[in-house]
Amino acid sequence: MRVPATTVLATDANSSPWHFWTYFMDHRSDDLRYLWDHVYLSLLPVVVGLIISLPLGFIARRYRWSYPPIISITGLLYTIPSIALFVIVPPLFGLKSLDPKQVPIALTIYSVALLVRVVADGLASVSEETLLAASAMGFGRMRRLLSVELPIAAPVIAAGLRVATVSNVSLVAVAGTIGMDNLGRLFDEGIQLSTPTPYYPPIVLGIVLCVLLALAFDGIIVLGTRLLTPWRRVAR
Amino acid sequence: MSGVITWLNDPAHWRDRPADSFVGIPSQIVNHLEYSLIALGIALVIALPTGLAIGHSGRATWVVAAANALRSIPGVGLLVLLAVIIAPHFYGRTDLGYLIPTEIVLVLIAIPSILANTYAGVDNVDPAVRDAARGMGMSGGEVLRQVEFPNSLPLIFSGFRSATLQVIATATIASYFPLGGLGRFIYDGYHQQDYDQMVSGGILVALLAVLVDLVLSLVQRLCVSRGVSGRFSKTPTQDPATAALRTKEEVATG
Repeated sequence: MRVPATTVLATDANSSPWHFWTYFMDHRSDDLRYLWDHVYLSLLPVVVGLIISLPLGFIARRYRWSYPPIISITGLLYTIPSIALFVIVPPLFGLKSLDPKQVPIALTIYSVALLVRVVADGLASVSEETLLAASAMGFGRMRRLLSVELPIAAPVIAAGLRVATVSNVSLVAVAGTIGMDNLGRLFDEGIQLSTPTPYYPPIVLGIVLCVLLALAFDGIIVLGTRLLTPWRRVAR
Repeated sequence: MSGVITWLNDPAHWRDRPADSFVGIPSQIVNHLEYSLIALGIALVIALPTGLAIGHSGRATWVVAAANALRSIPGVGLLVLLAVIIAPHFYGRTDLGYLIPTEIVLVLIAIPSILANTYAGVDNVDPAVRDAARGMGMSGGEVLRQVEFPNSLPLIFSGFRSATLQVIATATIASYFPLGGLGRFIYDGYHQQDYDQMVSGGILVALLAVLVDLVLSLVQRLCVSRGVSGRFSKTPTQDPATAALRTKEEVATG
């Protein structure tokens, strides 16, 4: 199976897994575009998902009868494998197959599926005494929700946001296998370049960038939560 | 959407046709389940005893954290990397060159959920219950087998169920390589621009995942003692098992 190195470019020293940085520099404009697409595809669905989940979670908490159906439906959506949801979304939303919008829509569905439950449980974690105290101090229902319940639920919601964002980074890469532009495309390139001998740099680059993105998003959310909930630091 | 219904209803798609090496839907379901079951079996054999041991002894908890850190690695990337390393050694002979990397990735994906939940389940058992078992003269092994294990079953099941879903999802992506499974229809449809086939494949995968989860939830109902799941009261209280899971999940990821 060994082919003389002179005839095949890929057997060159550059095919070493550690040359992913050289690969990045050589294909900078494409790779930066993939990175940016990956960033927005990972974040936008979580933000939109949170905006949709807050009222839904509130309803699930406020009206007890609505909790089981809302949680069952979102749980069902969450069991659908990502690649399946990507391809099912276009016919359901009247898009053309392989429309770039199908990825953010599918990921928004996942984020909502995860976050509705988190918001409902987060709001449920606020103790009855706190609610009564807030009402006794003359807080209206809306003001109590915004300035008492949501801040207390913030750490729980933030934990959900971390799970949603980090798993989104992996799921976006899956969309690369059906030709969507993002870091997943690097894996595709790696396979194309790997015949007849393995060519590692794009594959390793894709994995490294995905892991770094996941860590960065995770860190930002943790930091943001710390800044938004200063009272928790005192309690420790 | 009507094209999809036609595709799914076409009897030709439900039969294997050796002539043009088309594998029908039932055979691909079997393949899909086979890949998934092998991986889940291996992962269970590794993660369940490890999780029980760590939870029981309270030692080496870093193993759970390390397994959790694995989760941020994208499954597709790992799959491609291992396939590129392993496949050339099997070229042209069997599909083992793609099956082996796929199984490795599926096992790696299944382990963290099972391990973390098993550990959390045992760790979460009420200390008073554990002390009572000790006080009744049970040995360490008896406490683990007869008290801690049954009490942690709801969490172990939820870990196994989420591992199963992740494995089924990733096994679909394995059809990106020349391997069987329901993902074959998605990727064949994609490459042949036959979008009815692609969407049908997606629907079949979604149905498989939902059905398997349903079966596992029934098995869980049968296996978990009602004393643990608290499934006798008529008052609509929150299931204590899921409540415990949520707090543990937050700790595990927090």
